[in-house]
Amino acid sequence: MIHIEIDEISKTFGATSALHPVSLAIPSGALVALLGPSGSGKTTLLRILGGLEYPTSGRVLFDGQDATGLTVQERRAGFVFQSYALFRHMTVFENIAYGLRARPRRSRPSNPEIARRVARLLDLIQLPYIGARYPNQLSGGQRQRVALARALAIEPRMLLLDEPFGALDAQVRKELRQGLREIHDTTGLTSIFVTHDQAEAMELADVVVVMSMGRIEQIGKPSEIRARPKTDFVREFISV
Amino acid sequence: MSSAYPTLTARRFRPVTQEAPLVRVALIAFVILVLVVLLFAPLIAVFVEALAKGWLAAIESLAHPDARSAIWLTLTVAAISVPLNAVFGIAAAWAIAKFDFRGKALLITLIDLPFSVSPVVAGLCMVLLFGANSLMGGWLVAQGFPIVFALPGIVLATMFVTFPFVARELIPVMIEQGRAEEEAALTLGASGWRTFLTVTLPNIRWALLYGVLLCNARAMGEFGAVAVVSGKIRGQTATMPITIEMLYNEYLSVAAFSLAAVLAGLALVTLTLKTLLEWRHADQLAATHRH
Repeated sequence: MIHIEIDEISKTFGATSALHPVSLAIPSGALVALLGPSGSGKTTLLRILGGLEYPTSGRVLFDGQDATGLTVQERRAGFVFQSYALFRHMTVFENIAYGLRARPRRSRPSNPEIARRVARLLDLIQLPYIGARYPNQLSGGQRQRVALARALAIEPRMLLLDEPFGALDAQVRKELRQGLREIHDTTGLTSIFVTHDQAEAMELADVVVVMSMGRIEQIGKPSEIRARPKTDFVREFISV
Repeated sequence: MSSAYPTLTARRFRPVTQEAPLVRVALIAFVILVLVVLLFAPLIAVFVEALAKGWLAAIESLAHPDARSAIWLTLTVAAISVPLNAVFGIAAAWAIAKFDFRGKALLITLIDLPFSVSPVVAGLCMVLLFGANSLMGGWLVAQGFPIVFALPGIVLATMFVTFPFVARELIPVMIEQGRAEEEAALTLGASGWRTFLTVTLPNIRWALLYGVLLCNARAMGEFGAVAVVSGKIRGQTATMPITIEMLYNEYLSVAAFSLAAVLAGLALVTLTLKTLLEWRHADQLAATHRH
């Protein structure tokens, strides 16, 4: 469980600025939603936390220590991508084992140990029998859960999810929301997910960060945001 | 009134994308005719001509030192230039498909250059750059390492002509696959090199195979550029296509066609190899939705 601080982070791509300096503190163990329309900078912020993008200015702190310069590998952030980015030429088992096999030899678990851990993760996502399948033989909901298991396999310090429910139909979406909540509560990992769906953010998150045009509009518990929207944008966005 | 309907009801049962039977048969027949005249008949003709005076004469002509030297030279040139172009092609396609940088459009144009420049012109450029009269070439000859009229020149000319094949095959596939899987591998702790070996390369292996096969076919068959650069020294710098032309011009038709049959045979072997691989790995092909 780590405590994440974002200190005056900004990001520009050429002439356009995706993020104006934003600051945010995320308490350890929280489930946080970055909520906003497309182009609000929420995905950019998530990618900066994961080390996939470097900020133009500002700092990221993990447990009070400067993590801005850490490479993506050093961050050990479990990242779930928007369309899951499962390795299509590998079985589900190999997908989940990938992060463990990529470790340097001295910290790499033995093969039986890897098999045990993958089996445990498959149990956690409630898909114990799909290890031998390929990603294109899975449904959308199953792919999402495999992506989650793959991210959890590296024993991450935090969980970052980019529109984890974006590619799913309404029914599956509802079921998997519950699934994510359960996995968050079992692992206790500080988790941040990006969404444009206010109902999803409000239902699932402990803390919601509403963003628009590269700025943070409001930070608060869902009930607070509902009761006292700070700006017109927030009021309109959550009333949809 | 009812007499107008029978044809309509009959038509309704045909899938909308299918033509009338007569049109279908005509189109199929036309395609078969074109294939036979353009592709199949010439191939058969080569083998028939090669064996016109029997197996013994054909094999004897291939055993001639000049023919053996030509076969050996062509295989050597392909063995050097194809792997090098595969590496360059992967590097270029990777840079173009996965990164944004200044001058990308220029690089793409440059990669296509060998397709638009006549091979003969390419050969002449090599002679100008590396010939004994040029600055660089003169120095290299003085060091005892001639480029033009020698193996290095033939390899360079072949590489120039076959450069686009691998890159052209890989770029669209790599663009379509995007960066997400590589990013996923990095977040899971894999190094850049490991990501390349375990994620990027397996995802492009089929496109790479096609690119390499095309590149190889062209490398073994290249005539124009090599004709200029090699100096056509019999038994030394004459590759198979060049030897075939020289033999044919000397009315040694059995020798010319025997060598041509070997060249065609090499192409058939690569095609068979490709088909076998596709057949054996059909499930993986389906899993990676490619071809």
